[in-house]
Amino acid sequence: MERTGALLGQFRDLDQQRETVALGMWVFLLTEIMFFGGMFLTYTIYRMKFPHAFAEGSRELDVVKGGWNTAVLIASSFTMALAVRAAQMRKRKLLCILLASTMILGGVFLGVKYFEYAQKFEHHLVPGPNFHLNVPDAAQVQIFFSLYFAMTGMHALHMIIGEGMLLALLIYSWKGKYTGGYFAPIENGGLYWHFVDIVWIFLFPLLYLVDLHR
Amino acid sequence: MSESKEQHVIPFRTYALIFAALLALTFVTYHVALVDLGPWNIVVAIVIACTKAVLVVLFFMHAAYAPRRTRLVILAGIFWMLLLLGLTLTDYLTRPPATDSISFNNAPVAAYVR
Amino acid sequence: MSTMTASPAAAPSPSQPPRENYLNASYGIRSWLFTTDHKRIALLYLISITSFFALGGVFALLIRLQLLTPEGWLVGPDTYNRLFTMHGIVMIFFFLIPAIPGVLGNFLIPLMIGAKDLAFPRLNLLSWYVFNIGALFTFYAILTGGIDTGWTFYTPYSSIYSNSQVAAAVIGIFITGFTSILTGLNFIVTIHTMRAPGMTWWRLPIFVWAHYATSIIMVLGTPVLAITLVLVAGERLLHLGFFDPRLGGDPLLFQHLFWFYSHPAVYIMILPAMGVTTEIVATFARKNLFGYKFVAAASLAIAVIGFLVWAHHMFVAGLSIYAAMAFSMLSYLVAIPSAVKVFNWTATLYRGSVSWQTPMLYALGFIGLFVMGGMTGLFLASLGADVHVHDTYFVVAHFHYIMVGGAVMGYLGGLHFWWPKISGRMYPEGLSRAAAIILFVGFNLTFFPQFVLGYLGMPRRYASYPPEFQVLNVLSTAGASILGLGYILPIIYFVWSMRYGKVAGSNPWPATGLEWQTSSPPPTENFETTPVVTWEAYDFEHRPDLVLPKPERAQPEKLEAPGLDGRD
Repeated sequence: MERTGALLGQFRDLDQQRETVALGMWVFLLTEIMFFGGMFLTYTIYRMKFPHAFAEGSRELDVVKGGWNTAVLIASSFTMALAVRAAQMRKRKLLCILLASTMILGGVFLGVKYFEYAQKFEHHLVPGPNFHLNVPDAAQVQIFFSLYFAMTGMHALHMIIGEGMLLALLIYSWKGKYTGGYFAPIENGGLYWHFVDIVWIFLFPLLYLVDLHR
Repeated sequence: MSESKEQHVIPFRTYALIFAALLALTFVTYHVALVDLGPWNIVVAIVIACTKAVLVVLFFMHAAYAPRRTRLVILAGIFWMLLLLGLTLTDYLTRPPATDSISFNNAPVAAYVR
Repeated sequence: MSTMTASPAAAPSPSQPPRENYLNASYGIRSWLFTTDHKRIALLYLISITSFFALGGVFALLIRLQLLTPEGWLVGPDTYNRLFTMHGIVMIFFFLIPAIPGVLGNFLIPLMIGAKDLAFPRLNLLSWYVFNIGALFTFYAILTGGIDTGWTFYTPYSSIYSNSQVAAAVIGIFITGFTSILTGLNFIVTIHTMRAPGMTWWRLPIFVWAHYATSIIMVLGTPVLAITLVLVAGERLLHLGFFDPRLGGDPLLFQHLFWFYSHPAVYIMILPAMGVTTEIVATFARKNLFGYKFVAAASLAIAVIGFLVWAHHMFVAGLSIYAAMAFSMLSYLVAIPSAVKVFNWTATLYRGSVSWQTPMLYALGFIGLFVMGGMTGLFLASLGADVHVHDTYFVVAHFHYIMVGGAVMGYLGGLHFWWPKISGRMYPEGLSRAAAIILFVGFNLTFFPQFVLGYLGMPRRYASYPPEFQVLNVLSTAGASILGLGYILPIIYFVWSMRYGKVAGSNPWPATGLEWQTSSPPPTENFETTPVVTWEAYDFEHRPDLVLPKPERAQPEKLEAPGLDGRD
C-alpha cells in the first residue's frame, strides 16, 4: 500500500485516516486500563486485608517527592495539551518547544523516581531476601512494597516508552511534518501521555497517602 | 464521522484553568490526607483522584469534543475495570470469618510473620 | 485485468485463475516476510497455526499413549505433568485463540466489508511476528525441561515451588498475548471506520459481527492475563510477594485474575467458529439467515456475559459460597445467547434447500457437538454437580467437545468454505467429505468415553488410573488415532489442490457476501473499484444476481479464454 504525503494507502482520505488512528489509540488505552486494572485489584484486596501493614509501608515513602512528582507530571500533561494546540495552529517552533518541555518534565519525574528507588535499596525495603523492617507485620509490608515496585515500575516503563515516542514526535515536528494541517500523531501521542498521567494521579494517593494522618 | 476538533481550537485559558485546578486538587488531596477521617480518607482520596482524571480526560484528551464512539470506549473501560474489581470483591467481602489467618475479620497477622 | 461479475447461479468456471492476484503480485521470501497485505499475513498465520497445532497434537498423542494402561507405562508422573501442561499451553495460546481470527478473520474481514485492507496493516504484520517471538520463548521453555504446573499456572506452585521453566513460558505467553490485543484492536477499528459505502452495521455478515464480539473480549480480557503473568514472573524471578501464603498472600487472587481472562478466552475460541458456521449454514441451506439481528446481538451478549462467570472455575477452590451462587446463576445465563444461535441455525436449515458439501458437513458437526459440549457445561455450572465432576475427565470431555468438536470443526469448515477464495482452487470433494466423516467419528470415539470416565470418577491430570477405567481409556486412545488421520488428510489435499485443484472462479458455491464478488484469488487491493452496497446480508431470495456496479471501461469484460499462457 503506498502513501501519498501523509495519506496511507488503505484509507480513502485524511479524514478517515485521522478518525481511524484516533480510535486505534483510544482502544489501545482501553487495553491499558485493564492492564493496570489487574494491579489495582491486587492492591484493593491486600489493602483490605492488611490495612495496618499498608499504612506502615506508605509511611516509608517520601510524600514530598511523590507530591512533587505528581505536580511535575501534571505540568507535563499541560505542556502536551498545549503542544497539540500548537500543532493545530501550525506553529512549528512552539510545538517543538512544548514537546521538549514535556520530555524534560517527564525526565525530571523519572529522575526523582530513580532516587526514590535508590533510597529503597539502601533502606532494605526491596522485597526479597534483603527486605528488612522492624515491625511485627513486616511480611505483609513486603506485599505493599511488591505492589509499590510493580505499579510504579510498570508506570515508569510506560513513561520511558512515552519519552521515546515524544522524541520521535519532536524530530518529525522539527522537520515540519505536523504543522501542515495533519497532526494526528501529536494528538494520539498526547492521548498516551495523558493516560500515563492519569495512572499516576491514582497511584499517588493510593501509595503515598495511606493513613498519613498517623 | 470526522473530527470536530480540527476546527475547534481550545483557548489557552481553558488549558491553564484545568492545569491550575489539577494542581489545586493535588494540594487538597495531600492536606485532607493529614486529617483523620477514618474510613472516609480513602473515599475522599479516590473521589479527588477521579475528579482529576475526569478533567484530564475531558479537556486535555479532548473527550468533551470527541465523537460519541470515543466516549463509549472510555465508559467501556471504566465499566470493565469496575467489573473486575466488583465481582472479585463479591468473593472477598462475603467470605465467612474463619479460624485460619487468610480471612479478614480476625486472626492475628503475626502468625504469618517469618 | 480480470473481472468479477458473479451470479449465484453457478458461474462458469474459468480455466485459469485471474492473472494478477495477491499470490503472484510479487515474488520472493522478502515479499512475504515484509508484506502488509492482510491476505498474505493470513497465510503466514496459517503456516504458524498449522505447525503449532501439530506440536500440540504430538503432546496429545503422548498423553493418549500413556493412558493406554492403568499403571501408565510410557512416562513417569513428572513427565506426564509436563505433557498435559504443554499440550494445553500450545493448543490454547498458540492454536485455538489465534486460529480463526488470524487466518480467516485477517483474510476475510476487509473483503467482507469492502475495504482495501485492515485499518493498520503494519500492526497486523507486527502481530504475526509477535506471535512467533512468543512461541520461541515458549518453545525454549519446552525444550529446556518443560513446565509442569498445568496451563492454568496456579500459584504458589507456579510462582514459588515449581522446578520447571515457568518464567520462560509465562514470558512467552505474555508476548503472544499482544497478538490477540493488537489483532482485536485492528479488527474493532477496521469494522468501525473502514466499511464500504452502503455497508451498514445491519448489513454486515455475521462472521464480521462474531469477530467484532471476539475482538472486544481480546481487547478487554487479554491485558488482565498479561498483568497476571507479569506478577507471577515477578514473584518467581524478583521475589516480589503477591501470592505467597507465607506473607499473607492469597493464591485465590491469582485464580480470580487468571480466570477473569481465561474464561472469556473460551469465547474468543468459539465465537469466530460460530461466525463461520453461520456463513456456511446460510449458504448451503440457500436461505436467508433466520433472525439476523438476534444472532448479531447474541454474539455481543456472549462476549459481555462471558466476562461475568469466571469464578465457576473456582467453585471448589475456597470461594465464598455466596459468590459461588452468584457466579453459578450467571453461568446459566451465558448459555442463553448460545442457544439462541443454535435455534436460529436450525430455523435457517428448516425448509432450506440443503446441500451436503464438505463445509456443510463441518457446520452440522459443529452444531451437534457444540450443543453436547454446551449442555454438559450446564452440569458444571451447577454447584452441587460440579463438586462431583470438577477436575475429572467430565470437564476434559466438556471442553474438548467445544474446543475440538466446536472450534476446530469451525476452523476446518471455514478453511474449506473459503479455500477457493484464498487459493483460487477447489479441493477434492470426495476426499474432503471422507476426512470430515473420519474426523467426526474419531472425535466422538475419543471424547465421549471421557464423559463416562469423569462421571465415574477418573481424575484429570493423572498419569495412571484404577484398572476398571482401562476399557474406556483404550477406546479414547483408539479414537485419537482416527482423529489424527482425519487431521492429516486436509493438509495433504489442500497442498495438492494449490497446484492440481480445479480452478474455482469467483463464486463457486455460490454465496452472498462481498468477498465472493471479487476474483478468486483476489487482487492485492481486493476490489477493482470500491463497492457500493445496496443489499442485505444473506439475501438469497431477493437478489438472485448479485452484481457489483461495473467499473467504467471502454470494452465489455470477458473471462480469460483458455490458450493464453497459463499463469497460476
